[in-house]
Amino acid sequence: MRRIGLTLVLLWLILTITFALIRLAPGDPAAFLVPPTASAADVARIRGELGLDQSIAVQYARWAAALLRGDLGESFSLHQPVARALLQALPVSIGLGSASLLLTFLIGVPIGMVQAARRGRGLDRLLTVMTTFVYAAPSFWLALACVAVFTYGAAAWGLPPWLRLPAFGLRSPGLELGGGAAIADVVRHSLLPVSILAAVGAAGIARYARSGISDVLSQDFVRTARAKGMTESRVYFRHVLATVLPQLVVLFALSLPGLVAGSIFVEAVFAWPGMGRLMVNAIVARDYPLVMGAAAVYAALVLFANLAGDLALPLVDPRRRA
Amino acid sequence: MRVPSLFRGFEGAAVALLATMAVLVIVVPLASGQDPIGIGDVLSLRLLLPFTRDPHGVFHLLGTDRFGRDLFVRMMLAGRISLAVGVLGSLLASGVGTLVGATAAWTGGVVDAVLMAIGDALLAVPRLVLLLVCAALWQPGVTTVVVVLVGTGWMGVARLVRAELLGVKTRPFIDAATSLGASSQRVLWRHALPNALSPAIVATTLGVGNAILLESGLSFLGLGIQPPAPSWGNMIAGGRDLIVSAPWVAIAPGLALVATVLACTLIGDGLRDRVAGDTGATLRDRA
Repeated sequence: MRRIGLTLVLLWLILTITFALIRLAPGDPAAFLVPPTASAADVARIRGELGLDQSIAVQYARWAAALLRGDLGESFSLHQPVARALLQALPVSIGLGSASLLLTFLIGVPIGMVQAARRGRGLDRLLTVMTTFVYAAPSFWLALACVAVFTYGAAAWGLPPWLRLPAFGLRSPGLELGGGAAIADVVRHSLLPVSILAAVGAAGIARYARSGISDVLSQDFVRTARAKGMTESRVYFRHVLATVLPQLVVLFALSLPGLVAGSIFVEAVFAWPGMGRLMVNAIVARDYPLVMGAAAVYAALVLFANLAGDLALPLVDPRRRA
Repeated sequence: MRVPSLFRGFEGAAVALLATMAVLVIVVPLASGQDPIGIGDVLSLRLLLPFTRDPHGVFHLLGTDRFGRDLFVRMMLAGRISLAVGVLGSLLASGVGTLVGATAAWTGGVVDAVLMAIGDALLAVPRLVLLLVCAALWQPGVTTVVVVLVGTGWMGVARLVRAELLGVKTRPFIDAATSLGASSQRVLWRHALPNALSPAIVATTLGVGNAILLESGLSFLGLGIQPPAPSWGNMIAGGRDLIVSAPWVAIAPGLALVATVLACTLIGDGLRDRVAGDTGATLRDRA
């Protein structure tokens, strides 16, 4: 309960910081809203309508009251409520994020495990070079390289059609697909963005998993398990994995900010109608309410995922059960 | 026990790589005699392949971009900005973080609670999102990028320094210094802080690569360094729609970026292996 309360307090603090940042920004928000030909009187009238002429305390109270009603303000550039724009974009980003997060762990942990098991040998070296490279590469650059290979290259080099992947959007434009075909179309469009995010995430996870699992492998209980004749796969899956599971849950929470950042770039490169693209477009249009709304939603997502990780920790780690 | 990085012994190579890069980015734009920003004879010079000579007999190691500017010279000029922003952003962030962490640990009470609450709140927001918010509020450019990197990067180091200081505070030599009559400030700066900095130093080294990646990401999105001034990020963005016809325009700056970030990661990992204890370095909030 205490943990949930703390998360809510933190979220409120973040929202207050975003409020403060808007007020700190140079320039008069009213000046952005009026046409260049507007007179000083017009600007003053709009300032009055927005409540900008009142004291900062009154503005804060109004803003907080609106927020509690779920009112995030009106987007300047889209001419619709911020909450509605965000709700439209959110499923795309959550889909992209959760699919890649799942793959990140499904790929990253086994790589780290193989590396730990073959520590110092050729395979470990090869995988280390690969993960360190991918970890150092910016996702947008990897995305461009993949588009070059799988979208344009695949057509030019006559690769099989299933390797020719679309590089833009979430659906094929102009096609009326129904049922299974529509789903297959979305999956095809998702292959590149999801794999890039997953590869980038898995590289980071594998680096951690390798060192975490190596630590466990050198412990006495692993030697005991082997000495009593347990098969290798049973040692790894029953003993080693169970021991590193709490670490992986912590890692899950730690990897979220990186996932958010990666998804913003991937959405930008692949023109996906998600939160990241919404936010970048809002910044270019200087649409402050939308920028702040998107930032708040990202912060809330990460905070609640952290909370979920904390609550899940006792489930996988008997030592933490009170 | 921490498992040493496989690249133990490669730190020397990484340092050499960074040093070479630093020399090249300073010397090449000066020595080349070519203008990496101005646009000349576009039609005859644009999109030359790497390792070719243009009609004027000038050799282009990495070819030219769409405006006929030498890619290698531009890349090195961009390296100046990227390296400077990365190093400066990370160093200043650590400086601010050290100050905040030291203040929090040494003052305690309400100040400690407030500073750490602000830090925790900022840490909970993905750093890129914070960067984007700030980029939206102020005019893009080198100064903004550095300020924003500092504003969003001090929290990690602040926590590390505070935690170390709280540990150091209980050690006998602090009591000894205090009983010898040293003022609280002197004990902090001369005795406690020097013994609490190693995790912060590791975090700073890893932070350089991080800052370079974030800068390139911001510039790629058009919210960082503004063309015609080159940065690796905006050069990749400039090569984006040429990825089929002239792939080298986007690939070359990306390779420079990867090499630099890789070197910073290796040096940071190496330092961490040498410094005892977990540094609390988290997964990169990557670009």
